Amino acid sequence: MKGQMLSISLVVATGITTVVTMRGGHDSLAVAQADYYAETRFADVWVSLKRAPETVAADVARLPGVAEVESRVTALARLDLPDIEGLGMGRFVSIPRDGRPALNDIRIARGRWLAPGARDEVLVSGKFAEARGLAPGDSVHAILNGRLRVLDVVGIANSPEHSYSVPPGGLYPDDERYGVFWMGRDALGSVYDLDGAFNELVLTVAPGADPEHVIADVDRVVDRYGGQGAYARDDQVSHRVLQSELDQNRVMSTAIPGVFLLVAAFLLHLVLGRMIATQRTEIAVLKAFGYRDAEVGRHYLAFAFVAIGVGAIVGTVGGVWLGGAYVELYGAYFVFPELDFLLAPYLLMAAAGVSALAAALGAMGAVRSAVRLPPAEAMRPEPPPSFEPGPLEKAGVGRVLPSAGRMILRNMERRPMRVALSSLGVAFSVAILVVGMFAFDGVLYMMDLQFRVIQREDLTVTFQEPLSAAVRYDLDRLDGVTRVETWRSVPARLRVGHREREVGLQGLEEGSRLRRIVDRDGRIIPVPSRGVVMSRFLAEQLDAETGDMILAEVLIGERRSAFVPLAGVVDDLMGVSATMSRAALDDLAGGGDVVSGAYLSVMDDHRTEVESGLAQAPVVATVASPGTMYETFEETLSESLYVSIAFLLGFASVISVGVVYNGSRIALSERGRELASLRVMGFRKGEVSVLLLGEQALVTLLAVPLGWLIGYALVALVLASLDSETYRIPLMISPRTYLLAAGLTVAAAVASGWVVRRRVNRLDLIEVLKTRE
Amino acid sequence: MILRARGLSKIYHMGEVDVHALRAVDIDLEEGELMVLLGASGSGKSTLLNIIGGLDRPTEGHVWYEDRDLVQLDDDGLTEYRRRHVGFVFQFYNLIPSLTARENVSLVTEIARDPMSPEDALGLVGLADRMNHFPAQMSGGEQQRVAIARAVAKQPRILLCDEPTGALDVETGKLVLSVLREVNDTTGTSTAIITHNAAIAGMGDRVVRMSSGEVADVRINEGRTPLDEIVW
Repeated sequence: MKGQMLSISLVVATGITTVVTMRGGHDSLAVAQADYYAETRFADVWVSLKRAPETVAADVARLPGVAEVESRVTALARLDLPDIEGLGMGRFVSIPRDGRPALNDIRIARGRWLAPGARDEVLVSGKFAEARGLAPGDSVHAILNGRLRVLDVVGIANSPEHSYSVPPGGLYPDDERYGVFWMGRDALGSVYDLDGAFNELVLTVAPGADPEHVIADVDRVVDRYGGQGAYARDDQVSHRVLQSELDQNRVMSTAIPGVFLLVAAFLLHLVLGRMIATQRTEIAVLKAFGYRDAEVGRHYLAFAFVAIGVGAIVGTVGGVWLGGAYVELYGAYFVFPELDFLLAPYLLMAAAGVSALAAALGAMGAVRSAVRLPPAEAMRPEPPPSFEPGPLEKAGVGRVLPSAGRMILRNMERRPMRVALSSLGVAFSVAILVVGMFAFDGVLYMMDLQFRVIQREDLTVTFQEPLSAAVRYDLDRLDGVTRVETWRSVPARLRVGHREREVGLQGLEEGSRLRRIVDRDGRIIPVPSRGVVMSRFLAEQLDAETGDMILAEVLIGERRSAFVPLAGVVDDLMGVSATMSRAALDDLAGGGDVVSGAYLSVMDDHRTEVESGLAQAPVVATVASPGTMYETFEETLSESLYVSIAFLLGFASVISVGVVYNGSRIALSERGRELASLRVMGFRKGEVSVLLLGEQALVTLLAVPLGWLIGYALVALVLASLDSETYRIPLMISPRTYLLAAGLTVAAAVASGWVVRRRVNRLDLIEVLKTRE
Repeated sequence: MILRARGLSKIYHMGEVDVHALRAVDIDLEEGELMVLLGASGSGKSTLLNIIGGLDRPTEGHVWYEDRDLVQLDDDGLTEYRRRHVGFVFQFYNLIPSLTARENVSLVTEIARDPMSPEDALGLVGLADRMNHFPAQMSGGEQQRVAIARAVAKQPRILLCDEPTGALDVETGKLVLSVLREVNDTTGTSTAIITHNAAIAGMGDRVVRMSSGEVADVRINEGRTPLDEIVW
């Protein structure tokens, strides 16, 4: 009994731990996010533009629905970082003359604010400072608008805009190489020739106003200043990543604990039911002494509540403890000024409530049967169970089975519900593992496709301004460069009917080999000589099909627009892309034969040299290395995946151990006498164990395919809750995941079977000869 | 002689007290005989049956099955001894409720070396027409006969029966005893029946009476009492 109650408590504890940890973590993050946004007056809308006089900000402020506006200067600049492979990048953001941003305010973690009028002082983002070991008093070398500047770090700051800080073109934080810098408006503005002007606006929307309308109005106002399309908070990278994380978390923190509590209720039902069956006589005696039904019922209910209560308490304590670590893990990716694990009273009450519900649910049927038993009947031993061949046997399965097999089969067919629920329980354990390990499959497939099939260049170069296509010959001449392919990108608005969408329209060279258009199955789609190829995601947003004419409005330069045919739709996995041949894009956008950047193939031993050489060139804005990106990603991913898989494995084991251990203990209790008499008749320990554990083995085997199915469905559910604009992880579960999930669950089942098997060795053979059950 | 026990003692330590269940018992089981082991509750007859059945070990003494000393065998060795050579009939039948009469028998014949067919075994106990019934569908006497068929189907050298009529009424008990008698006659299996019921003693070839852990006397029945004359 002790072992069984303990295993039930463990299942409950795990369920409550997950709910307290995950839901508590979710709440903590949500509260930290809300507080942070409110305190720093986080903007609702962003718009970048080329250059606009300060009066334009006032024009925007007067638009209906706009609450507050702040103009600023932002720039991306190269950093000259010692002892680092690859290129350092800084996002520079201006701070108003009077000291504090009205919107997207920052918080100083250490150090001080910028001194008024200081030209070389900067505040540095916390993650970057931490990764680089920077403190107030240190200095950083940056190349601002082509000139090397030595900047004095006076403080470490954080902003809600960069809670999740991703370098341009990157996918994951890279704090060693990318940081955010805040600089005085005058100092930064004069470097970029934006005195009295700005190149970015952030604004809040008045309560009740429609952000979509505001965005449209803002676009209209800033259009002539090189506006690049306003976007709402939902499209702000840091916010979007955080929000998607929170949404996912909310789904999982409800689903997973639910599974555990259902399993606990089922196990409790099994164990209590058996306990009452063996205690018939005691119940009868109590009733004969005049105990009321309610009192007898209460006695068994108390068992349920103790088992579940212990689990709930342990789970809560464990959850609070793990919750701290969980929130800390988030702290490694998202920066919040105050992120503490919060345990809301409602959560504790909910945990207690659902635990009580599980206890009541599990105990209900069993206790009712105990209460119903008339004393006289209860005094007599339970009548021998009656059996008959089940449907499987009638179908002919029985004929090929030895008697031992029929014994197992009939015991299962006699209680189909118990078998079904046991299988379902173990299946959840398989499913949890499938979901956990799928992350490896899906994400690795996607990343592999992205970095080994699509982005095959060694270096991606982006220029400050579009350059003549002849620049390719300069690049070609660099030592170690074996192939150069140029590309152009222009912001454009694509329109089909009343649907529209802003994208970066990309022009690739025809026959491009370093950068290719590839669908989710790895099929390569050639760059069309006419028309545009776009992501299926985008085509669906525009409700466009191959052959449709799309109105493309270029948002820069001469702002030309023209109809282009949709040449193809690519079922791709990451981002949203629209690609044309570079020649076709030149025709569309005008400005001559110009390029925004180039993809380079470089010999390995010349990589660093070429990279740092390009980084020094004033015309070059950024040099990125997809290989480095992939490595960073793999490191981050594998670390967090291993942690989560370890946890999921623990969770899954708790379930399969709970189900199999209790199932075999109950089988032993119900059929111990039967099995002992077989031992007397000369059956070996192994043979008797097969009879005892065969049922659990079949339950586990049934659970495997069922678990695969449930796992598949859960993966689909999780994928549906992901932000599909950033990436669309393909629902492809590898055989390895299926096999591992099954193998680990079976191993846990075997281990619990083994524990119970040892009891077979201790069966009292002599007792069997004497007593009747 | 198939089984020979010499100087068997068994002491149970019950707290501070030592209980001598057996005191230097010598006993033999002859080839093909039907022996009745008679004794009151606590006389040591069950302890004796457990030891010669390979379920328990004596504190002192030896038991030879043919020329093997059971005392020297480990647990697995005793299991093999029971599996190959001993058939057991229990007071409460201990049939497997999920198996029919035939399947209860074949469960054993499937692991035996040279068994008779389950059908023949059930025929021997007069249950050829009840083969497909489950235990819950049979009377106590029928269940006990299935148990006897199960015990003899593997053609053991020794059949040990522990109070086989203990849970049955007189008429049914007599029927079961007649089946045991007949099995002994037809198969020649050396049989030991344990009972506290002196009336049964007459059916045996030899009656060993036990008292206080010792063999009180051994009587050889010259003419066995026919079962219809036995009453209790």
